[in-house]
This record gives sequence, C-alpha cells and structure tokens, in this order.
Amino acid sequence: MSEQGHTQSGVRYGMVIDLDKCTGCMACSVACQAENNISFRPDESNKVRSITWMEIFHLQNGKDYPDYQYTYLPRPCMHCDSAHHPPCTFVCPVNATTRDEETGIVGHIYPRCIGCRYCIVACPYHARDFNWWDPQWPKPMESMLNPEVSTRMRGVVEKCSFCHHRLNKARSKAFLDGTPLKDVTYTPACAEACPTEAISFGNLLDPHSEVTQLAKDSRAFRILARLHTEPKVYYLSRYQWVHKLADKGL
Amino acid sequence: MDEALIPEGVKRCPLPVFGIWLLVLLAVIGWGVYAGAVVLVKALNVTGLNDYFGFGLFITADLAIIGLGAGAFFSGFLYYGLSRFFPALKELHKIINLAVIIGFVCYTGALLVLLLEIGQPLRGWFGYWHANVHSMLTEVIFCISCYAIVLVIEYVPIVLENRKLEAIKPVHIFGHTLHELMPLFALTGTFLSFFHQGSLGGVAGVLFARPFAYRTGFFIWPWTFFLFILSAVASGPAFTALICRLMEKVTGRQLVDHSVYELIARIVTAMLSLYVVLKIVDTLYWAMVVAPDFGFKLTDFYRAPYGMWLLFVEILVCGVLPAAILLIPQARKINALLFGAFALDCLGVVINRFVMSVQAIAIPVMPFDRWEFYAPTMYEWAPVIAMLAYCALIISVSYRYLPIFPREKELNVSS
Repeated sequence: MSEQGHTQSGVRYGMVIDLDKCTGCMACSVACQAENNISFRPDESNKVRSITWMEIFHLQNGKDYPDYQYTYLPRPCMHCDSAHHPPCTFVCPVNATTRDEETGIVGHIYPRCIGCRYCIVACPYHARDFNWWDPQWPKPMESMLNPEVSTRMRGVVEKCSFCHHRLNKARSKAFLDGTPLKDVTYTPACAEACPTEAISFGNLLDPHSEVTQLAKDSRAFRILARLHTEPKVYYLSRYQWVHKLADKGL
Repeated sequence: MDEALIPEGVKRCPLPVFGIWLLVLLAVIGWGVYAGAVVLVKALNVTGLNDYFGFGLFITADLAIIGLGAGAFFSGFLYYGLSRFFPALKELHKIINLAVIIGFVCYTGALLVLLLEIGQPLRGWFGYWHANVHSMLTEVIFCISCYAIVLVIEYVPIVLENRKLEAIKPVHIFGHTLHELMPLFALTGTFLSFFHQGSLGGVAGVLFARPFAYRTGFFIWPWTFFLFILSAVASGPAFTALICRLMEKVTGRQLVDHSVYELIARIVTAMLSLYVVLKIVDTLYWAMVVAPDFGFKLTDFYRAPYGMWLLFVEILVCGVLPAAILLIPQARKINALLFGAFALDCLGVVINRFVMSVQAIAIPVMPFDRWEFYAPTMYEWAPVIAMLAYCALIISVSYRYLPIFPREKELNVSS
C-alpha cells in the first residue's frame, strides 16, 4: 500500500512542468487538442465553455515596473492521488470516472457518463470540461481525427487522460517484446510537443526517473497542496511568489 | 356542472372561474414544457450553466422544493409514528392530506426538472445500474425515486376518496385498505426521506477540495448532511402551513382549525431553533477552523454579487429572526407574525440551498483563477416556474374534487 492507502503497483505516472522554461507558446495545448480529438467551435471566445484539457494560465506577481514579473502555468488534469479517492471520482454516481490503481491515471468513461457535472463541481483545478454542444470539426478536419482516441458526444464530461491511449500502445508493444509492464515508459502529446522541454513525464515511483528527480528539486511545488488532493503534476519555479501564489499566498 | 365530483357539503368556486385558473396554469406549464423540450433537443448550451457553474438554477430549485416538501414525511412521521406517544400530535390529522399532496407535487416536480439537468437524460437509469456506493448522488437518486413512489402510494387513497370513485365498491375497499397500511408507508417514507434530505446536504459537504462547501462530520456524513435534514424538517411543516393559509385566503374559507397552525408553530419553533444554533456553530467552526486549514479567510468566500449579505440574510434574517418570533407565545398568536416567520423560515432554506449549490462553486479555489457570475436563462426559469405551476395545478384540482380537509364542512357551516 502507498502512503495514500492505494494498492501499490510500482507505477505512478506523473508530470513535472518547469515554469522557468515555459514560454507560454501553447504548443502543448495545441498538441493536446489535436492528439485527443478535442472539438472546438467557430467562436471560442466563451472561455468558460470551451474545452481545453491543457489550459495555460498567466500568472503575475502583482507588482509594478520595474519589479513586475509574470510566468505561464500550463494546467493539465492533476490525476490526484489523495487518500481513498481523488475529489472527482468518488462523487460520480455512475462510476464513470475512476482512478486506475495500477497507474494512478484518472480516467473517464464517456459512454457511461450521464452528464450530471458533479465531478466538474468537485474539481478545484477546473480540469474538467463539459460538452455543451455536439462535437464538430470543419472539413477536412474530420478525416484528420486520431483513430486511437474516441470522440465525445454532447452532454458528457471530458478531461486530460495523460494520453492514456499512448500508454496502452506502449504496453501492447512491451507485452509483445516481453518487457515487464511496470518498465513501460511513454510520452504524452504535450510533453512531446514542448519546444523547450519544459514538460517531463514518467513514473514517480521509479527513483531513477527524471520526474522523480525533478519532483524532489528545491524549486518543486504543487498547486493547492493544502487541499490534500495530492496532485501528481509538479511544477518547478525559482520564484517564491509563484510558490506562494500556488498555495493561496498565505 | 361538476357538482357531482365535488365533496359533499362544501362549496367551490364556479366551474368557469376554476377553468380560467386552470388555463392560466396550463399556459405556464406549456411554456415550461416548451423550454424543457428546447433543453432536451438543443442541449444544455441554451442554459446559463458553464464549466464553472456545473450546478445552477435546476439544482437549486430541486434542493429547495425537496426541502420544502419535507412537510409530508415529517408530518407523517409525527402523526403516524409519534402521535400514539404524544396525543397532541393527532391534531395533524386535519392537515396531513395536504402535507402528502404537497410532498407528492414537490417530489414529482423535482424529478421532472432533474431530467433536464443531466446532459444525457436517456442514461438517467445508469444511476441504478452502475451505482457508485461512495457517491452521495447515488443515495439521492435511490431515495428520491423510492420516496416518490411512496408518495404516489400515499396520494392514491386520497384520490380514491373522491365521491364518484368511492361509490365504486372495489375502489372503496382498495382505498380503505391503503389507508390501513398508511402508517407503514409513512414510516418507510420517513426512513427514505431522512436519508435523501441528508444526502442532498452531503452532496456539497463531501467536496473536500472545495473549501466553501466542505465540512468535517461524523463517520461518512459531513455536518451538512444533518443540517439539511434539520432545515428540511424545520421548514417543511411551515411550508405546508403557508400553503394552507394561502388556500384559505384564495378560497375565502377556513380549512383547518387555528390549533393546527399553533401546533405546527410549536414543532417549527423547536426544529428551527435547534437548526439555527447548530448552523451558527457549523458556520463558526467552518470559518475559524476548516477554511483557514485550506488557506482561506472568511472574506475570501464572499464577493459581489455573492456577498456577505447572503450569509446575514440566511442566518440572521431567515433563521434567528423567525426562530425568535416563534419562541414568543404571544407572537405566535398574531397571524401576521406567525406566517411571516414561516415565510422567512422557508426563504432561508431556499437561500441555503442556493448558497450550497451555486455560491459554493462561484468561489475560485485556485488563487490565479477568477470569479465568475451565473445568470440563469429563460430556458432554466421557464421549467422551474412551470414546476411551481404544476404544483399549483395538482393542489387546485385535489382541493376542488377531494375531501382533503376533514374539518372544512364544520368550520364553514354558516357559509
């Protein structure tokens, strides 16, 4: 059993995002949209209804020039590791969203979701989006959809899956190669697309993995650690105001 | 024209007047049905809901109407369960039919609106099939649907008391048999209702990552679980009394003895006083212990339009004030104060349900997040208003054709 009371499988996928390297180019967000068949509308100006699995926040230190500083903060789903349940999974009345105890990835079963949006309400990171409309892609984009990711129908919730389909592909390959499944590594689309290599991804339980090393860095912090959601997404920043801001600044 | 259907010995308004009233209600219901159909066909994008406000007017209205409909189960519990130990409670017999009808319309109306609230209404049955035992919503789904069935069973014998129906012998026997079984259904309903009233409070209270809503608690139940039960039993009977009084005003006839209102006032006083004290303790503990643990100050939770005024109105104006009025025996004897206190009590519950479902999610948890404002659209208001019209319709038809007030005849002999 892990410290959080989960069955320990030797694999806990997590992510580290180096904010000191992030330029706010949004390549991660665009790659995520394309990889995961995220639909969009002709007018996306309503940001509280647009679907963005990897949202980019613009953080400022609140001071005037010359002390003014800012940074960008990409926010995927935190795939919370909190004791017993993540905030969003245990509230779902139909078991449509669950945490895979083998990998720690929080998934969502779209054909089972009834669209009650209780998980949206429960998530403090606003990492979940609702499909307010039927998904549509302008021609010829429909023929460019990723065949490995199911599209979502209107009236259901969706969220970042840590590119779970890539994990499945990697596991299938490992199985055929005879490699132990716990040694499987893969890279989500956002990490792959980042031009400054600000996003690292891997097994947090592997002491030799890059993410484990980075998560122990003195610059490392997590958003809203006080809520005890135990997010598996870590951030790196050399600026203390960013650390403070991520923990309510108190 | 419809005299043969009207209970013997009581007066009702002329059929054309009643027909016009029904037409008005049906027009409102039609408007709501149209809006509901648009929601189902075009999806929830026609509402004011968004990814910040997953819950909105539909949930608020459902929570409020279910809370106010608690008069059915609590009156039933007092009358069928406790009156043998406390004979004074037998007085509730004079209003128990109305309480059941109000409960019936509140719950069935809420279920209809709930259908609009979910993004995939055709999958509504998944709640029973893929039930997650850890979810408070699962408890709500099971208990509300079971209790709605119980309320239907409780309503049927009242319908069967109609003059024409009762004249049919098998129907009379069936209705009489159901009456005999009523204590069993009333107590089953009490059990179910206690749980779902609490679960509705638990829906917000278990959100451990939303500091405004989250509460510590007892075993698996957050304190909001118990507060919702208490607030429902404190306001349900008051709502029943208010509706009864409204019917008296509209019809110009006395429907129950004043002693019934006095009894309800004593019940509401006890429940409301207890609730207000516990609510204040809960709020203080939340503001001084729970929220600071998460890095929040009380003032972080309140910003226009969801300002501190909501907290004061809910607890002081609609909690402490009516409780104080009802605690004074002389004040209870003055109708304006008595029913004013009942109305404030009911308003407080509506505000509480709004605060726990909408305001609770307006507060940005991430420090670099922003406040959002939720404004319901016509497609949300119309079904909710239509639900109220549906409640009025059933109550009106029931009052006209069913003998729901056993003392009405005697109380209006002169007229």
